[in-house]
Amino acid sequence: MLEVGWRGKSGYNEQTKMKLQEYQAKEILARYGVAIPRGKVATTAEEVRVAAAELGGKSVVKAQVLAGGRGKAGAVKVTSTPEAASEFAASILGKDIYFEQAKAELTIGRLYVEEALPIAREYYLGIVTDRDSQTNVFIVSSQGGMDIEEVAHSHPEAIGRLPVDPALGVRDFQLRRVAAQGGIPVAELSKITPFLKSLYKAYVESDANLAEINPLIVTEDGTFIAGDCKMTIDDNALFRHPDFAALVGDSEEMDEFEKDAKRRGINNYVHLDGNIGIIGNGAGLVMATMDEVKRAGGEAADFLDIGGGAQAALVRNALELILSDPKVKGILINIFGGITRGDEVAKGIIEATETLNIQVPLVVRLAGTNAEEGLKLLANTDLLPAATMQEAAQKIVSLVGND
Amino acid sequence: MSILIDQSTRVVVSGITGREGSFHTGQMMDYGTQVVAGVVPGKGGQTTERGVPIFDTVAEAVAATDANAQFISVPPKFAADSILEGAAAGLPLIVCITDGIPVQDMIPAMRYLKTNGVSRFIGSNCPGLLSAGKAKIGIIPQDIFLTGPVGIVSRSGTLTYEIVDSLTRAGIGQTTAVGIGGDPVLGMRFVDVLKEFEADPETKVVVMVGEIGGSDEEAGAEFIKTMSKPVVGFIGGRSAPPGKRMGHAGAIVSGSSGSAQGKVDALTAAGATVADTTADIPALVKAALNKIVA
Repeated sequence: MLEVGWRGKSGYNEQTKMKLQEYQAKEILARYGVAIPRGKVATTAEEVRVAAAELGGKSVVKAQVLAGGRGKAGAVKVTSTPEAASEFAASILGKDIYFEQAKAELTIGRLYVEEALPIAREYYLGIVTDRDSQTNVFIVSSQGGMDIEEVAHSHPEAIGRLPVDPALGVRDFQLRRVAAQGGIPVAELSKITPFLKSLYKAYVESDANLAEINPLIVTEDGTFIAGDCKMTIDDNALFRHPDFAALVGDSEEMDEFEKDAKRRGINNYVHLDGNIGIIGNGAGLVMATMDEVKRAGGEAADFLDIGGGAQAALVRNALELILSDPKVKGILINIFGGITRGDEVAKGIIEATETLNIQVPLVVRLAGTNAEEGLKLLANTDLLPAATMQEAAQKIVSLVGND
Repeated sequence: MSILIDQSTRVVVSGITGREGSFHTGQMMDYGTQVVAGVVPGKGGQTTERGVPIFDTVAEAVAATDANAQFISVPPKFAADSILEGAAAGLPLIVCITDGIPVQDMIPAMRYLKTNGVSRFIGSNCPGLLSAGKAKIGIIPQDIFLTGPVGIVSRSGTLTYEIVDSLTRAGIGQTTAVGIGGDPVLGMRFVDVLKEFEADPETKVVVMVGEIGGSDEEAGAEFIKTMSKPVVGFIGGRSAPPGKRMGHAGAIVSGSSGSAQGKVDALTAAGATVADTTADIPALVKAALNKIVA
């Protein structure tokens, strides 16, 4: 299990990365000449029946959700007739299905119907942008299927890895080597190489930071075809891809509060289970504030980084969002006034809170330049000032209690 | 001493006429930093309100002013190009604060920086660095610093300020604070900055501020094992519930590193003292300083 950081927009909080649905990712692959099965998107059982008939009767019907483990969740089915496909579609469309990997119930609204291929073998193929090697890395393994992480653990030698030198790009000899390392039979190397090349081009030109083809299907006649595709796009690069913007919907992994945050233009927000709302400036400081609340015996209701300045409009927007969660019994604002002076920050917070009818205790901790002046301003209000992060955390936890 | 920058550092600012660029250039100059040139394509020949000459290219700026460090404050879509321009002009130090650079732009830029071997790069998406009483490149608030013996390296901006501020309030001064930034493809990392502090005679104790995710803290810990100077560590995000999976590929490449406990353990095993809370850092630093004197 990999833990990722809680950084904001440009960091590596997975929630901020734009994940594509399988059919969207495959559309991109097809543009770059990566072979995909013939398929059609459908939103009704009748559309599924028609699509399955067009694809030759036998087909695979797959729920389009941003979650792994669809097969295990019963959201994918191989059907032998258009009627069976339609029947399966009717049984899951509009239904909420629990996905173990996403740990969430997702509503099935869209299906992808694909031709059923004569599968001879299934491999695993991925490209990921890797922090440590600072480049895009190919991962190839003949041990396809669901438990590739298990393979990586128990048989690391069965996995081929290739960090791509961006100056050199991908070369045939390297691709043959990584495929061979991953256990692809020698007879198939000349066929997988062009597939890998096209995928790499699709990856870089689409500004992806993950593309995973699992399974990579080898058909009975020896053709390589992308059976599934998980792809995430670097949202910092969306300015280069106006066509992708149309693909962006609310991530299905976001809950209602996180969707609301996005609508409010608050990008650095993660909803949590506790009852103490937290606002701070800077991801590191917000994380440290959460840690202090935990140390004091409380639980954070959120992670919210409002960035620099703490202007009234921003603070107000953030407070409204946090207060919309009925679990929240108290709020802690922790701002380090750096170049923005503490007294200006205090004025912004006071202005924001004056217009809101806040019924829960609100502790404000200010530090940095002119913090003392800022705390003095707060002393004349209903807000509860604190001089240190630790004092602030203890204060809010004692006021909220442990209910 | 101090590391990476001091009074002799001559800075060229890319994006000097932008809102952020001009404001922070002013702050840097107010702190005593020598800002010798600005670069804005198309505005060559002009001067800024503060009297800094503007050039069309970094190369021209370097030729005319002997600049030896670049501060980049340009929008994300131009930032990687600006980094490459600084590297091609042979600048020994490049600092980029820009947030939101596409990672596929940074990969070839980092490759060039490494191959070129001339420039050290800090960032992107970082607050920059400040040598107390000497110079700053970036956006770190200067009023919180005090000159003294402590070096700071951190992944986080405001948490760095928090810790510098708490040290200053405890009467403990600093040599240099470096915010290395939080982008996935990064310039100088913990280990690179730790090496500088180890070699700097003025720095007696180092504070390293990490957070969950990635394995840079673990790599830093490997170097700490070899250091003669005491290191006080802090890891943010201990209470964060496990993050989202990055898909199989990420887990396969990066293994299982990244958890707060793993980082705390790595630092402790390397001989660093790890603070449970930021409030403990001044006392731990003081204890380390006292040990050296004794």
